[in-house]
Parts: sequence; structure tokens; C-alpha cells
Amino acid sequence: MNERGAARVLLIEDNRVNRLLLARHVGQLGYVVDAVENGLQALEHLRRGSCDLLLLDIEMPEMDGYQLLEQLRLDPNLRDLPVIVTSGLDGVANVVRCIELGAEDYLSKPVNPVLLKARLTASLEKKRLRDELREMVRRFATSEVAQDLETSGFALGGHHVGGTVLFCDIRGFTSLVESQPPEETIELLNTYYTLMFDAISGHGGVVNQMIGDGLMAIFGAPNPLPGHQNCAVQAAIDMVDMVAQFSLEQQAAGRPAIRIGIGIASGEMVAGYTGTQARATYTCIGDTVNLAARMEAHTKQARRTILIDAATRAELDQDCATESLGPVQFKGKSAPVEVFAVVCEAGQLD
Amino acid sequence: MAANTIDMKVFTELQAAAGADFVKELVETFLEEVPVMLETLRTALAAGDANGFRRSAHSLKTNGLTFGAVALGAQARELELTGLEQLGAGAAAAIDRLQQSCEQAAVDLRELCHE
Repeated sequence: MNERGAARVLLIEDNRVNRLLLARHVGQLGYVVDAVENGLQALEHLRRGSCDLLLLDIEMPEMDGYQLLEQLRLDPNLRDLPVIVTSGLDGVANVVRCIELGAEDYLSKPVNPVLLKARLTASLEKKRLRDELREMVRRFATSEVAQDLETSGFALGGHHVGGTVLFCDIRGFTSLVESQPPEETIELLNTYYTLMFDAISGHGGVVNQMIGDGLMAIFGAPNPLPGHQNCAVQAAIDMVDMVAQFSLEQQAAGRPAIRIGIGIASGEMVAGYTGTQARATYTCIGDTVNLAARMEAHTKQARRTILIDAATRAELDQDCATESLGPVQFKGKSAPVEVFAVVCEAGQLD
Repeated sequence: MAANTIDMKVFTELQAAAGADFVKELVETFLEEVPVMLETLRTALAAGDANGFRRSAHSLKTNGLTFGAVALGAQARELELTGLEQLGAGAAAAIDRLQQSCEQAAVDLRELCHE
């Protein structure tokens, strides 16, 4: 839909008379019409601008309607666009072929304007519902997970992936909550999450869980991410910088400053959907995840903002300074674990 | 007076749906395109281009039927479905007959637009 709410229809028709007449009918229904003369021009148009529905002729030079339907199917950004074929081709076989190639509906030429109205309305309504559903999925899952669900479908279970996990939370959050009205806490959390999401997604990570003031992010799943260790640490440095800046604004407005602690660990983990068939979540589990959580908790004792494990440090860019804090015995770990602090400007706790 | 090559029910329905003034312009466009489409048919025949021949016959068919030019539509459909190869030596004469139908339909459509 465009800004005024009218759906945008792309008319693909090589014949001038048919093009003018269909554009007239569609325009009379209150839709915005763009028109091109063949499949190639349509692809070019679709990759440049937005469109809600295609009205497609079959017999065309350069790229015909069948070929365009095949191309649309191969393109993840275009394959869900509703297509209504308008054709004067005789025979049921042509209709079947169009439907098999993904067309939503088929209208014979000359097109009956009443039927055209009914089909356009129905197809656009179905698209609106699909868009709403997708939007809703993306609100409660990350866009990467939504994409994974769309392409692979849903199945409980996991697979091994190599990645980096980041845990972060706000220091002294409980006393912060007690010191200000709940509305201000919600506002603070919303700003905090917006900043953290920006930093994490800016480096290819995915925020996987949010619990109160804590969050868990994954780098390297569901989609592989080269250099995920470095990406996670760079995101952590950005997060610390952003929170420092945000704290200055908080203080200027007479509100409390906030500080965060971040723990990062890299290695193999199991990623996938856990829960039940009715309600599930995408998550990563395993030693790496536990270690990242322990690292984050340890930032309080270590009085450092970002702590990482040896596996993460081994893959960092050379210009990223770290300080060894020696081995630490974490609860649940049989042997002590080497811990490193990332040295960054805003990274030292008082 | 109603023209005898045009199905008046189709034509008046078209006027009601799209507007008489718009249909007048559409007829003008069609009459500009007819010689082009007939020429494309002849070029395709000369070049043995079966796809081009079929596409052009198809266009004339759908345009003719849009205005209710039933005979024109039927002849163009015949060319489209029979195909260049099967028409063989009779193709040129079939195009000539189609051209005559187009000319008759043109006279009738012009008359209808000026009634």
C-alpha cells in the first residue's frame, strides 16, 4: 500500500489496447496502476519499487508470463506477490500451468470488470492478511528466525552450529526500578533495548531473548556469520558506548545513569526450536551459552564491563585490546576457565 | 444505427464499464494498431516466425473480442490456433481475409463512436 492507502497494481501487458483498458478498469477501482510491456520490464520495475499485486498477460515478447512466474518463484523477495493472470489463451492447460507456477487467479480476456474487481479485492485482502501475519511473527521473533521459519518450516529440534553468544544486563536494575515510577522504567527499557538491538544487529547478531533488563544475543545462528567472535565483541563495544552516551542524557534530565555488564563466549552450540508443537521458541543451548551467562555474571566481581572467553579472544582483530584476568572457577564447570576483559574507553567499572 | 460486424451487447457493456469517451479513444488506438498487427503477421509469415505469427494473431483476437468484433475475433483465433506451419500456402489468403474483416469492423466501430 502507498502512503494514501491505495494498493499498487503492476500491469504487465504488451498490447496497447489491452493495457489501456485494464489500466482504466483498475484505476476506476481506486488502485494505483503502473504498466510495463513484458516480463523483463516487470522484473526491473519490481526490483526498483513496491507493488501489491501483478496483473499479468501470458503472450508477450522478451519474457512471457510463464517465464516471469518462474522468475518470481525463485526470488525470495517477490515470490509472495499475488499474481492474477489475464489471458486470451484458450484451453484449461494454460490455466493449470499458471496456477502451478504460482499464479493466484486467472481471468480470461476480454476481462469482465465485475470479475476483475472481485478477484482484485480478494487477492489484495489475502495479501493484507499475509503481511499482517508476517509482521506479527517478526514482532515476536527475529526477522532471521521468521525467514528461517518461512523457508524451512517449523520443526522442534536442533542442530549443531558454531557461533558466539552474548549476555548483557543492566547493573543495579532492581534498585533503579525501586527509585522511579514504573512508566519511567518501561520508557528506559524501551530506549535501552532500541540501542542494544541497533548495536547487535549492526554487527550481524540476533537478539534471541529479553528477560527484564537482560538480553541474550547470538552471532552465527540461524544464519552463519563469518568472524562471529569479532562481530560480537565489536557489538559489545558499541553497546557500552551507546549506554555511556544514553547515561549522559539521563543525568542531564535528572535521571539515574545506567551501566551494563556483558559476557561473551564462543564455540559449538545446539540451535533450534524448543517448546511444544503449540508454543515454541528459537534458542541456542549448550556449554557455550552457559559460559557466556557466567561471564556476564562475573563482570560484577571482576569490575569489568565486557568479559570474554579464550575461544572468542583467539579470533579477535589485533587492534582489539584485551587484558587477561587469569583462570576463574565458575559454578558448574569442572575446570577453571581463562577470562579476558575487553579494554575499551567506557569499559572500566569504577 | 447498429453495425452488423459488432456484437452490440459487448460494445455497450464496454461503454458502460469504461465510459463512452474512453471507448472512443480506445477504438482510435485499436485502429492505429490494426495495420501494425497485420504487418507483423505478414512479416512473421515471410520469416517463418511461428511464435511471432501466433502472438500477433492472438493480439488481434483479444482486441477484436474486446469491442465485440466477433467475426474478426474468430478469424484471428483460427490463425492463432492453426499456426503458421499448418496453414502453409493458405496463410497469405487467410491474412487477407482477416484484413477485410478488420476494415469492415473499423467502419462499424467508427460509426458507433460517432452515434
